Amino acid sequence: MRFRALPLTLPLLAVLVPATARAVDPQVLDAEARRIAVVEKIRPAVLAIFSPDGGGGGSGVVISPDGYALSNFHVTKGAGDAMKCGMADGNCYDAVIVGIDATGDVALLKLLGRDDFPAAEIGDSDSVQVGDWAFAVGNPFLLATDFQPTYTFGLISGVHRYHYPAGTLLEYADCIQTDAAINPGNSGGPLFNAQGQLIGINGRGSFEKRGRVNVGVGYAISINQIKNFLGCLKSGRVVDHATLGANVASDDQGRVIVNDVLEDSDAWRRGLRYGDEIVSFGGRTIRSVNAFKNVLGTFPKGWRVPLVFRRGGERIETFVRLDGVHREAELWAKVQGRPPDLEPKEKPEPPAPGKEENESEKPPEDIPAQPGGGAPDAPGPRDLKRIFKPGEPGAPKIEPSLPSPGQPNPGQPRPGPRRPARAKPAEAEMPEIVRQHFEPRKGYANYYFNLRQQERLAKALAGAGDFKAVKGTWKFAGEMLNADMASFELTDAEVLGTLPGGQVRLTVTDDLSESLDPLDSGGLLAAIHLWRHLLLNGLAGFDQVSYYGTAPVPGQAGLCDVLIARRGSVDAHFYFDPASGQLLGLEMFADDQSDPCTVYLAGYEETDGRLLPRRWEVHYGDELYGIFEFDEVTLAPEVAAE
Amino acid sequence: MFRRLPGRFGPAFVACALLLGISADPASARFLEDGPLVGAIADTQAKVVKIYGAGGFKGLEAYQSGFLISADGLVLTAWSYVLDTDAISVTLHDGRKFEAKLIGADPRLEVALLKLDATELPHFDLAQPVPAAPVGSRVLAFSNLFGVATGDEPVSVQHGSIAAKTILDARRGAFNTPYHGPVYVVDAMTNNPGAAGGALTNASGALLAMLGKELRSSLTNTWLNYAIPIKELTATVEAIRAGKHVAAEEPAENKPAEAFSVEHLGLVLVPDVLERTPPFVDAVQAESLAAQLGLKPDDLVLFVNDRLVQSCKALVEELSRIDRADPVKMTVIRGQQLIDVTFSLTSSPDREPQ
Repeated sequence: MRFRALPLTLPLLAVLVPATARAVDPQVLDAEARRIAVVEKIRPAVLAIFSPDGGGGGSGVVISPDGYALSNFHVTKGAGDAMKCGMADGNCYDAVIVGIDATGDVALLKLLGRDDFPAAEIGDSDSVQVGDWAFAVGNPFLLATDFQPTYTFGLISGVHRYHYPAGTLLEYADCIQTDAAINPGNSGGPLFNAQGQLIGINGRGSFEKRGRVNVGVGYAISINQIKNFLGCLKSGRVVDHATLGANVASDDQGRVIVNDVLEDSDAWRRGLRYGDEIVSFGGRTIRSVNAFKNVLGTFPKGWRVPLVFRRGGERIETFVRLDGVHREAELWAKVQGRPPDLEPKEKPEPPAPGKEENESEKPPEDIPAQPGGGAPDAPGPRDLKRIFKPGEPGAPKIEPSLPSPGQPNPGQPRPGPRRPARAKPAEAEMPEIVRQHFEPRKGYANYYFNLRQQERLAKALAGAGDFKAVKGTWKFAGEMLNADMASFELTDAEVLGTLPGGQVRLTVTDDLSESLDPLDSGGLLAAIHLWRHLLLNGLAGFDQVSYYGTAPVPGQAGLCDVLIARRGSVDAHFYFDPASGQLLGLEMFADDQSDPCTVYLAGYEETDGRLLPRRWEVHYGDELYGIFEFDEVTLAPEVAAE
Repeated sequence: MFRRLPGRFGPAFVACALLLGISADPASARFLEDGPLVGAIADTQAKVVKIYGAGGFKGLEAYQSGFLISADGLVLTAWSYVLDTDAISVTLHDGRKFEAKLIGADPRLEVALLKLDATELPHFDLAQPVPAAPVGSRVLAFSNLFGVATGDEPVSVQHGSIAAKTILDARRGAFNTPYHGPVYVVDAMTNNPGAAGGALTNASGALLAMLGKELRSSLTNTWLNYAIPIKELTATVEAIRAGKHVAAEEPAENKPAEAFSVEHLGLVLVPDVLERTPPFVDAVQAESLAAQLGLKPDDLVLFVNDRLVQSCKALVEELSRIDRADPVKMTVIRGQQLIDVTFSLTSSPDREPQ
């Protein structure tokens, strides 16, 4: 599972010192020494990724000692679910795919066989400034057959750049531009700042007439965007990007205005309408369409993010739940099927009067760096057109050396038409250790990791106490703040609420969406029934369960673990504190066209050795339904069946 | 100072040039630390603009770069097809967008001057002495290459070194360009699509040169990244500002009673079918003045008496302003060659190819 590479004793850097050299400025020597120290720091975590059949590869970087590593989707798609990863220590490790974000061109993999992998220090890409120095590290032209990475050094040329996707995949939003050389094979490799902190994943370059080699314009996916997706990627899912459900355009005064809203979107339900001005989104001020797309591109499907918009003189602040760019089946087909078509779906229109020229001026033909253009999802015919044929004017006269056996030359067209997608290696062909960490399932890059996360949350739930012995009536009595006394009684068969407005009752049936009592709560009784159901029966009590990943919860710092469970026709989203494992709240969706009933759970106190929340805060849509505080909680043992 | 660059030059030449000049200028020390460049770069980005105009076809980007040289909105940029439109649009670093007016151009230097209707803009001052930039100096290149920056996004910045100071041997050598004169050769890939007209500065943001166009050697298939030193441009910029080189199509004042016309010359222009049909020569009448001058079909008339003529209409209009008694200077482009002819109806033609 681990073997030593033959070390090639190639000197990394030859320093030429002329015999008559004058004394070198100490400042120069000092700068050199600092660069060398940074290279020493960043070297161990860099990966040279190869497909098991030697047919493709790229670069990657380890981000935690347990072996999680980042690369590009377009690298791992070519390399397959089981990969070989060479590290600078000369060892080659088996790695397995964990999760993929095809639109963001990010893949999470896990190196196997150790729990003490050297990991990169994670930086803050929002603090990166134009004019900072950066190191791009990786495996350009698959040169790292001895696993020793290649380092290129350059300037940050631009930040918060936006590049249109090819169709709906491979969108580079909010990315970092650098003049450090990024070539085919650098894809998936790290971009470090001058302190040796990881600020991005290199994946793309502007290539044009000069062949598929660096022309001083490379792009890295910002690490802060990846931080947003990381929890979702660890779920083993095929993670989708987000859409607001509204289109925006800039007007002649430079404001960003909504010019279309889908009526079944959460944005519509939150009150966003045609003609509204977007003021800020995701906490960032929006002054251009690109700025809006930059922010949107950093969020996974399903997140609730702050949105501020203006209508007339009125300023409206809300949280909006983001829908997916794709339908689930569509995304699955795209990542499964033939290589992503890198032909841009829509040719940008020439600038219309009054519209910013920007969108049309983006170079849509940017292509991700890819070793030799040879990996299976390398750009198709369109790309080949831009690659010189030998002998054609402009064709490089010097043949680039072969990057690795089986790799077509960079800058040379691949023979024949587009190759079919690489057949996924049969599970049986996987190395044993990979097979132990891989479980294929529709909708997932690797369901094995979803199961592990479900187990982790199940364990966290168990930490609140064992509820199996108290299957009888649960009674919560106290008050509804600013109203009057209130109480709830829960059994398996029904939920009874005694509220200031009167009594409400839910008789549990197979279809909980039929009763959304009490009025204006969105289904509080059904929601707390599902909560009790989870505590009593665990994850196994639901028809379908999936670990979503992590998402922000309004009012909570950081990101929370999210478990999605379906019972009958309703979905419940359970939110867990990642540190304590405590259940922070749940949302009950009666259907996917309307707002959920949201219950935030707090004030946990012990009742007979079991931790239960004494404070429930209930929201529906934009309204607070009510806050309940209970001073009396009793859990009765199961009533013997008559 | 500037020595002639041989038609073929190798990487070794560039590498040697680099080794000789290590840390030759104090500004380069800023390249040794992380951070000191940030402020100078931000200040300089505010002086560089994104220009949008004609083009948009395959291989012809409809954008390029330029930089402000006065507080009231003078923009120096590269003369190119992008400017060959009535609707030139300029976007500043802060997203402010202006319609720009073409003040004038010099196709030999491949520069043009635009004017925005604005005040109090950050700008380079061409009157400032240009700092020394010996071979080996570290430099920054600011441009909107590949059109990456849009709206309120600042232009891209790249770093590199001056690899050589030389004469771009335009005609005889491998490089097919109207400009031949002193250039800085830069070791970074600065001359990308859309970069022409950008600024080359030292580490303090002091202006050194204007980035040239994309240039490929037909002999070696190598791409040359060059910039035209600012002092080569200042006289022309002043001339354009003073109205010597001016764009045509200005309101005519008193036209002479006995004016020139294309018929007098024996020139037949291409059919004027577009709003702005480029003034290409369709045919030259035998034994006409034009034939004696050596004008040929497919020549494109660029200037009449140093006034830019961008259409058949503009050419006819321009000629109609010249008294037949006066000498006329006409500049045409043939392939990549600029050719000047001067003539009058009273004297024999005099041809002076450049």
